[in-house]
Amino acid sequence: MNEAAVRLTGVSKKFGELWANRNVTLDIQQKSIHAIVGENGAGKSTLTRMIYGLLSPTSGSIAIKGKTVRFNSPRQAIAMGIGMVHQHFMLIPELTVTENIMLGDERGRLLASLKKTDASRKIRDFADFHTLAVDPDAYVSDLSVGEEQRVEILKLLYREADILILDEPTAVLTPSETEQLFATLKSLQLEGKTIILITHKLDEVLSISDTVSVMRKGEIVATETTASVTKSDLARMMVGRNVLLRIEHPLETPGKCVLKVSHLSVTDRKGIGRINDLSFEVRAGEIYGIAGVEGNGQRELLDLLWGMGEQQYRTSGSVTLDGTSLRGMNPAEIASSGVSFIPEDRLKHAVIPGFSIEENIILGRHREKRFLRFAGFDEAGVKNYTKNMIDRYDVRYDLRSNPPLGSLSGGNQQKIVLAREIDRPDLKMLILAQPTRGVDIGAIEMIHKKIIEIRDKGIAVFLVSTELDELISLSTRIGCLYKGSIRHEFSSEEIRKGRSAELDFEKEIGMFIT
Amino acid sequence: MRNRFLKFAVPLFAVAGALLVSALLIMVTGRDPLIIYQKMLSMTFGSDYGTGQIVFRTTSLILTGLAVAIPFKVKLFNIGGEGQVLAGALAAAVVGIVLPPQTPPFAAIFICSLSAMMAGSSAALLAGWLKVRFGVNEVISTIMLNFIIQAFAGYLLTWHLALPSTVHTPEIIHAARIPMFDSVIGIWHKSPANFSTFFALAACLAMWIMVFKTTTGYEMRAAGMRPDAANYAGINTDAHIIRAMGIGGAMAGLASVNLVLGYKHFFEAGLTSGIGFMGIAVALLAFAHPFWIIASALLFGFLEYGGLSVNAYVPKDIFMMVQAVTILMILVLTKIFRRPA
Repeated sequence: MNEAAVRLTGVSKKFGELWANRNVTLDIQQKSIHAIVGENGAGKSTLTRMIYGLLSPTSGSIAIKGKTVRFNSPRQAIAMGIGMVHQHFMLIPELTVTENIMLGDERGRLLASLKKTDASRKIRDFADFHTLAVDPDAYVSDLSVGEEQRVEILKLLYREADILILDEPTAVLTPSETEQLFATLKSLQLEGKTIILITHKLDEVLSISDTVSVMRKGEIVATETTASVTKSDLARMMVGRNVLLRIEHPLETPGKCVLKVSHLSVTDRKGIGRINDLSFEVRAGEIYGIAGVEGNGQRELLDLLWGMGEQQYRTSGSVTLDGTSLRGMNPAEIASSGVSFIPEDRLKHAVIPGFSIEENIILGRHREKRFLRFAGFDEAGVKNYTKNMIDRYDVRYDLRSNPPLGSLSGGNQQKIVLAREIDRPDLKMLILAQPTRGVDIGAIEMIHKKIIEIRDKGIAVFLVSTELDELISLSTRIGCLYKGSIRHEFSSEEIRKGRSAELDFEKEIGMFIT
Repeated sequence: MRNRFLKFAVPLFAVAGALLVSALLIMVTGRDPLIIYQKMLSMTFGSDYGTGQIVFRTTSLILTGLAVAIPFKVKLFNIGGEGQVLAGALAAAVVGIVLPPQTPPFAAIFICSLSAMMAGSSAALLAGWLKVRFGVNEVISTIMLNFIIQAFAGYLLTWHLALPSTVHTPEIIHAARIPMFDSVIGIWHKSPANFSTFFALAACLAMWIMVFKTTTGYEMRAAGMRPDAANYAGINTDAHIIRAMGIGGAMAGLASVNLVLGYKHFFEAGLTSGIGFMGIAVALLAFAHPFWIIASALLFGFLEYGGLSVNAYVPKDIFMMVQAVTILMILVLTKIFRRPA
């Protein structure tokens, strides 16, 4: 019987009054792929940061390959063969792949000249051996996100790590890059590496891991063999209650055309065509989904719909809302004509963390007369409105302390954005970009319900997502965006049929977007 | 809770620490710091004239503090207060000289003050425009503008404005002079303190209302904290950058009124030097809050005049060091206390 690669015994970590991890006992077997899942804030990151020596436990012990350790810094963890790929890569864009890999591990004396050509040859062989295709002489700034991730993994392998921790590795990858990553992880496993995978995507857990541990509120609630659990089992364990993974889908009754995009073409600053002769319509009371791999024109399209594209791109064609052109309007004008936009990176683009909840709930709507009094705000009115919205959307925080929004949990921040944008007066169209990215399962359910609710009120919903199951479950029609134009459009009958054989339908959509 | 505590504690610690450092320095010069401090107090707040001097200095510092604080709300560092005050002083003096002598007093003061504000404002607006249009860092552009304005003012004074064989201009008309407290209500005997102090206090109130109570201030703060989010919310962040710089420059310009209309009644070489830079310290100590700026300006006004008053015993440079040490302590202490929760 071989030793566990990582053994945690009664490990706890306390930040102030808060237990980030409480009494965690966990064995991670050697040569296994062990997934750790949990909602945001469940303590996954804290746990791995302790294994990697970035944090030290308040109590409990950690043993690596049978040897009890107490790390003061990642340096010691690295020496024990532990490596970590962080969610945000730690690469220096101005240096080449080789230089990045050698950084901190130059294997030479101070002032000795670095044998970079040797190193680069060595790294090329090394990369080939692990089938991690990347050019050792390329500058990191020129690499794609997937390639950067490969460099991070190579860096660990170069340092002879045999326990690899990956924190949300697929969050930034396209579906094909994800597939490639998983193939790499499988082959690393065959070479005898142990892999710890932090994620909240349940499908990924099921498809790649051997063992899965579920965390909730800082504790491990279950560790199971992956083959013995289902997606809904995991969801239930994560959230602590039954979760509706599939939304009820009452029949839609689409009305007149609200948004009409016709013959839209967009060229970026470098002269590269991003959108080519794109045409589609979104009708009142329907959800029009855009499926597509990132980088096929979604960003440019969203920029244009929100009045932020004209300065950046050269554009031709027309974009109209109820017959009025949106081109040439700025975000404030578009918003006041009845459009709400929930951008993909909500925490960066939709809220101001240093502002109070009240100040955030009127952000972008602060010109509405109902909130104004003289040159300033009707403070009592805003307060009442906030209270009302907080009740309706079940935002949880301590009302008395009036904290900055940034101190709320991600889920609660999302709810505030949603509340604000959905409640816009005379709303005609709601634009959503990746509405559930980085969102907890419990909150996804709520967001999906709200989207359907909005649709049933006769509002046009425009949904851009890379999650096919989300699109299939919500959309009335789906446009497959490929290289800046709609390559195929699925009708509502096709989608309704597709829902009964979802996997096949996903594959069918997949064919039109790659 | 924690934040509120820190708001008080950090500046207090910083000031206390700086005074401690200066006590050590005074000991190095061979004097007893307690005696020096006591002398300093009795010659400043302890005396009628001294108090007036402090009020006078505080007045300018409040306004140059605001000149830094308002652009700070959109995360701009206006180092150009020095040049903007100078431009204001020059404008106030020139307009005050050329106005017809029979102009009614309120009109004359109003016109001169407005010219000073416009002059200060245009210097700052230029830096704001360079930032928005070409992405020029405002720290660099305002420093450069300081040099340009200084050189230009020097040229104008020596070649065109100064009375023969002096370094100052002719006097402004009587109507444009802001009366001193001494001559009207008989307090702070013979000190240069004048009614422009009320301009400064009114400016603080106006800025507080603007920043915290109006939609403009709301948008401005949003643009400063998260420009991207502000843009998505339909806020024109560029316009706010320019507006904040313009207002800041106007405040700096107004600071010169205290000196030109209230005290000297002419423009002379070096009249405004130092108060623009001191405004940076004032704003930093007050965390750029319009009301705290009053307290902060008072402290720096006290240190400045207090240092001067004990110059016979210890070099006044020691108190310049105190001012600088205070600021460094503030920066260090805020870093220390702002640990992740």
